[in-house]
Amino acid sequence: MSLSSGTASFLAMLAIGLALLVGAPMVFDLFALLQVTVFVAMAVLALSQGFIWGYGGIMSFGQSAFFGLGGYTYAVVAMNAGDSTGAVLLAILLPTLFAALLGYFMFYGRISDAYVGVITLTVTIILFSVFNSTAGDAYTIGNAPLGGFNGMPAVPPLNIPGRPDLPLEPEQLWYASMGCLVLVYGLLRGILASRFGRVVVAIRENETRAQLLGYDTRLYKLLVFAIGGGIAGAAGCLFTNWGGFISPTVFSLATSAQVLIYVLVGGLGTLLGPILGAIAIQYLISLLGAQQVINANLVLGVILAAFVLLVPQGVVPVLRDALARLRPPSHPRAKPGNGLPDAAGVEAKP
Amino acid sequence: MTPLIQAQAATMRFGGVTAVNHVDFTLGEMELRCLIGPNGAGKSTFFKMLTGQLVPSSGAVLFRGRDITGAAPHEIARLGIGIKTQVPNVFNGLTVRENIAIAAARGKSVQQARRITEETLTRARLTGIAQRVVGQLAHGQRQWVEIATVLAQEPELVLLDEPAAGMTHEEVLRTAELIREINRSQALIVVEHDMQFIRMIARRVTVFNQGSILVEDDVEAVLANQAVRDVYLGKQAA
Amino acid sequence: MALTGLLTFNILNSIALLVLLSLGLGVIYGMMKVINLAHGEFVMLGAYATVLCADAGVNLWLAMLVVAPLFCGLVGLVVERGLIRFLYGRMIDTMLASWGLSLGLIGLVTTLFGNTVRGVSNPLGGFTIGPYQTSLYGVFVILLAMAVCGLLWAGLRYLRFGLILRATMQNPDMAAALGVAPPRIYMATFALGAALAGLAGGVLAPVSGVSPGMGAAFIAKAFITVLGGGPAIITGTGLASGLFGTISELASFQTTPVFGQVALLLAAIIMIRLLPQGITGRFLRRSV
Repeated sequence: MSLSSGTASFLAMLAIGLALLVGAPMVFDLFALLQVTVFVAMAVLALSQGFIWGYGGIMSFGQSAFFGLGGYTYAVVAMNAGDSTGAVLLAILLPTLFAALLGYFMFYGRISDAYVGVITLTVTIILFSVFNSTAGDAYTIGNAPLGGFNGMPAVPPLNIPGRPDLPLEPEQLWYASMGCLVLVYGLLRGILASRFGRVVVAIRENETRAQLLGYDTRLYKLLVFAIGGGIAGAAGCLFTNWGGFISPTVFSLATSAQVLIYVLVGGLGTLLGPILGAIAIQYLISLLGAQQVINANLVLGVILAAFVLLVPQGVVPVLRDALARLRPPSHPRAKPGNGLPDAAGVEAKP
Repeated sequence: MTPLIQAQAATMRFGGVTAVNHVDFTLGEMELRCLIGPNGAGKSTFFKMLTGQLVPSSGAVLFRGRDITGAAPHEIARLGIGIKTQVPNVFNGLTVRENIAIAAARGKSVQQARRITEETLTRARLTGIAQRVVGQLAHGQRQWVEIATVLAQEPELVLLDEPAAGMTHEEVLRTAELIREINRSQALIVVEHDMQFIRMIARRVTVFNQGSILVEDDVEAVLANQAVRDVYLGKQAA
Repeated sequence: MALTGLLTFNILNSIALLVLLSLGLGVIYGMMKVINLAHGEFVMLGAYATVLCADAGVNLWLAMLVVAPLFCGLVGLVVERGLIRFLYGRMIDTMLASWGLSLGLIGLVTTLFGNTVRGVSNPLGGFTIGPYQTSLYGVFVILLAMAVCGLLWAGLRYLRFGLILRATMQNPDMAAALGVAPPRIYMATFALGAALAGLAGGVLAPVSGVSPGMGAAFIAKAFITVLGGGPAIITGTGLASGLFGTISELASFQTTPVFGQVALLLAAIIMIRLLPQGITGRFLRRSV
């Protein structure tokens, strides 16, 4: 099997990631570095969607639910506890558990794919409504007022673990965010290379066959969904840290749509695609935000519809296939690189 | 001796239609049985009831005396029943080797799984196309990939729903040979339409018609049976 | 007693709004198995058409009951030809593409009319139930919902188009095999669904703020009602609206309108889990 070429590409990606981690602060000024930091937080969110959709075949329209939950959890716990370490852990743990609970409800109830989309979307809308109506003293958890529509300002930043008196500077927040992205990417590559990951991809390919081979597909999907929830929670935690602020808009339909666009544009069934998609789309949004002529929603909507119609496999797989056609075939495979799980996903749109 | 698998008055109703009606069926250890019958006789539905893809409306299914009625498909698969379905169920986006490796992996160590994968590839003569993506193979080859995944699962009972459909003559011969070979260590139930194929492999045959068992006898007796001929001729005349 | 009367009236009103909001989506989903996530934006377009016409001096009833559905029907026609028809049979892709359309329409309307809340004044006065003052417009909404259901039912029952539509709902493959040209039927169905959404938007204009993002508030409610209702469009949507409308109104009465919404959505999620085929997928299977 082409394990060696898979390992090589993984190491190459890791090296690029680490180079960016160290190099970005030398290249960018502080303002630009802050910008890139939020792009990276969104890239982590994109990875969670890309993992459960592109590999698990689970159509979640509500990844922003776990993102927002992670953000709010971090804010509430950090405002109450002096140290941010517990807040970070809970910001990952709570969305993981919530996703597991929701996943149990959906997958053990044999809910069909489209209904999974509907239910996740509805859950997001419920959270949006609930958090919007949390203005006033009744909705204060410890020292942390949830603040309703206005959200929670002045969320304490991350600190060096165990040293609440040493909060992270913006440059250090970059290291934390980019480090998190590299870590999540490595974790997912590891999962996908494992036996668990291969079964996950097999279930995406044909759930009935996997069941008939004795795999409890409900459990696999639940685990994939829970992992995705945890990663989205971590992204929410980074996002809240970046602005020192969180509001119910994290649960809005627009956020959910944006995450889908990252993955669809970048490429389903890849991990690099969602990362690049998130950065490109976020950059585009920041450009659109700087002018008044063209509305950002209009552009995002057109991109979403156009990609579904014209480039449903996304940019990275298209480029990879084009590159593979240019290269002379080095091995007798019908399709390049199919030993890797992420190469198998090109034609796997659910 | 407890039979390997047993259906007791198994019945499947869809709305007003009864697809399988009070079927009593028994298969012993290491037995090879063919199921024949016209389209819509309920053979595939019966297979789905045995593998948990459908829960019988009434009646029971027992595997080595243990009641598996209503158990989930993966639970039944773990007890040792493997099925090649009528419509090919394979992992289209994965390679032949990956398909078989997934089947071999469950509950096995890495070394065991690797050994079973290679053995199965050889046994089903798929080594030459092990790196090909299954979705791009010809129909007959995909049938074999599916049979191979079922074998790699190492089941005690192998169900094959129309294993020779869409195969060339050589492929059919090879499939018949493979079935006899499987039968040296495992029990099989084979659904087929092709009478020549049935003659090649069968000893005992069960004939389904309109959801019920019409006849169950040795192959020569069944093929000589007037009622069976009527069922098939009637179908041809229609 | 008067309180019970008021509560009953509010429940009926809430059911009627839910029926109006969901029928268009129900027609499209029931017939074509397309979940149109731009449904909320069709409602929004209907509301804008009504507001703009009223501002231009057109009679409000005319704007609401004629212009809004006609305009949205046309938009629906264009959308079906330009987008949806390429994606039949690909449910998830249709959801994604129509979500793109939804964002695009929000963006377009924001660009044209600004991100502000507009409205028209309520054309009807109020009446009292005991000591409680309530709106006559609610009575109109209830009557209109009944009329629309009645018309749709009669159309499905007596018109040739209705017969084809019902046949396709019962068994799309068979209807196609019998030579019903699906493209034209689908086109007409999508336009009809969009027109019904436009009507709902028109009716909402006087009682709800009209803004580019208003559709988001309706889409989840509408499609969860449709899924909860199951394959029979009118009976299913009616029953699901009845159930969810009652739950939401009672919860609003006990707590706040926000939690009324939340109760509705939670109830719907639980029902989808218990009855994945919807109410009419399990019961009353022969209804329309």
